[in-house]
Amino acid sequence: MAIDSAAAGRTLLDGHFGPYGGRFVPEALTAALDELDDAFQTAITDPAFALELQALERDYTGRPSPLTPAARFSEACGGARVYLKREDLNHTGSHKINNVLGQALLTKRMGKTRVIAETGAGQHGVAAATAAALMGLECTVYMGEEDTRRQALNVARMKLLGAEVIPVTIGSRTLKDAINEAMRDWVSSVERTHYLLGTVTGPSPFPTMVRYFHSVIGREAREQVLDATGRLPDAVAACVGGGSNAIGLFSGFMDDPGVQLRGYEAGGHGIETGRHASRFSTGAPGVLHGARTYVMQDEWGQTLPSHSISAGMDYPGVGPEHAWLHDTGRAVYEPVNDDEAMEAFAVLCRTEGIIPAIESAHALAGAMRLGRELGPDGLIVVNLSGRGDKDVETAARWFGIELGTAEGR
Amino acid sequence: MSRTLSEVFDDTRSHDRAALIGYLPAGFPDARRAVELITDMVAAGVDIVEVGLPYSDPLMDGPDIQAAVDQALTSGATPDVVLDTVAQVVAAGATALVMSYWNPIERYGTDRFADRMASAGGAGVITPDLTPEEAGAWISATDRAGLDRVFLVAPSSTDQRIETVAAVTSGFLYAASTMGVTGTRTQVSSAAPGLVRRARALTDLPIAVGLGVSTGDQASEVAAYADGVIVGSAFVRRILRAPDHESARAGVRELAAELAEGVRRHP
Ligand SMILES: Cc1ncc(COP(=O)(O)O)c(C=O)c1O
Repeated sequence: MAIDSAAAGRTLLDGHFGPYGGRFVPEALTAALDELDDAFQTAITDPAFALELQALERDYTGRPSPLTPAARFSEACGGARVYLKREDLNHTGSHKINNVLGQALLTKRMGKTRVIAETGAGQHGVAAATAAALMGLECTVYMGEEDTRRQALNVARMKLLGAEVIPVTIGSRTLKDAINEAMRDWVSSVERTHYLLGTVTGPSPFPTMVRYFHSVIGREAREQVLDATGRLPDAVAACVGGGSNAIGLFSGFMDDPGVQLRGYEAGGHGIETGRHASRFSTGAPGVLHGARTYVMQDEWGQTLPSHSISAGMDYPGVGPEHAWLHDTGRAVYEPVNDDEAMEAFAVLCRTEGIIPAIESAHALAGAMRLGRELGPDGLIVVNLSGRGDKDVETAARWFGIELGTAEGR
Repeated sequence: MSRTLSEVFDDTRSHDRAALIGYLPAGFPDARRAVELITDMVAAGVDIVEVGLPYSDPLMDGPDIQAAVDQALTSGATPDVVLDTVAQVVAAGATALVMSYWNPIERYGTDRFADRMASAGGAGVITPDLTPEEAGAWISATDRAGLDRVFLVAPSSTDQRIETVAAVTSGFLYAASTMGVTGTRTQVSSAAPGLVRRARALTDLPIAVGLGVSTGDQASEVAAYADGVIVGSAFVRRILRAPDHESARAGVRELAAELAEGVRRHP
């Protein structure tokens, strides 16, 4: 399979997506970002790198991930045909593994021996700890204290994998603050440490590089849906936290103008309550964590706290390429509230026998809306970005299932 | 009217000493007391003040400044409070810079911020997370307003990079002494003299060293090779640890005097 260097080269020129992206970082990081950019550029034109990555994807991750027709779930989507891109079946249970394997290989190519990572839901932390174990790298994961409670199971997984987990007790104690702490660690340790950033945010080249490693999702999905149905879908749908699983899927269909790109952000308790993570509903262009993008901020440019039932969606910024896709109208973003996501979560469990991650449930809720718009002739590919094991406790509480008994509705 | 940066450096150079540059955030612990503390700093021997603009995500700062900025944000330190603080300390005779992460400036309006800063009598602005590549609008705004623009170099900066940064910088070049965040350290980084030496060969700008200086001895050591010595966390720490405002003021004056002696001492 040919490596997708044309797609990468499109925005690599200067790390901008229209007015978005770029690099807003302390000067101490410039050299490391240049080094990373160099390593990345060299790697993607090196056939040996492609072979090594593809072997890992096949033999370790279990790619290609299936495209599952969801016939019974489709009935809940106004009859539109829905296919699920099964990133939940990857090793470690989400799409996050695609990116960490690529970056861990680059870490070794740069001769660095330690990786650090931020994590919200813990899925990226687990994936980073996994890749570090596999490749013999030291690993430190920063996680907001609030999230270590919400996702206790994943904290244990990271520790079992040999990573050090540092709870972050400053600010809102969630993903945003974990990124601040990871950046501070990186500035001080950059000589031997790579910052294994988990989504398509951050200073250039992260958004482009992370997109590149996830583009396998869209490439496979396009081929699979053509095989299965003989045509391109009307729409592809994904949840958007930082935006990595979405950009991975979208990238496969970017040049198919007939395919709508639909992103679903966390509407939390509802946009009107202010307790949400819907950057495109209430955010404004600004700079956060090294890139210009849409940011939830007050009138003075102070970052506002975000909220979502799902830790992986709970972030006040978004990948800069999404900001550009939003402004150009190529992709459309809508909020999905906590309750709507949990409804879709329940529907998928009971119609398909698949327990999704709550992040992914936002995309499923989006597909239910979209399916009703498109009707029975519609064809939708939804990115099932992760499995719900980590969310069982949250979901049980939501649905009133008492843990440890056979009661509940 | 207060002196410009170049007037201050001409003066300190003619006296064969380094300039002392002190940082405190505006609004810490509140707007009025911050003005008093900054004015005290100047009265006790600081040549140039950096007034910090509090920001929710200060990713270049260590625990002391994070804690101070948290208090400042809680006390309601908006950019207007910062500009007002500048106006007040300038009226008291200080040469004042603002130190700000980029987003609050852009949100305020790049031109508007530069204009208001000039009206407040400020000398210039330090922007620690703005790279020259992203600084186009800022360069025009500060040129028009007649403000100095201070950018940073770090031990990891290549010579070519130092030239790029120096080319858009005016007033002085800020040399971050270590690869790390702000905070007091028991030793000033061994990387600092080498960085200053490299930068000297590439620019005629005065060079000030920051990150990690907290004592008179350290100030004297840095003053031996740099044109300016920047101290932030050590002032913040004195205030954080003081039991009340009067002892905070006394602590700030005492530290400023010790550092002022340091930059005049010839080791
Ligand atoms: C399963 C799953 N999906 C989605 C996300 C959101 O991230 P992104 O928008 O980068 O795909 C996360 C983040 O933790 C996740 O764990």
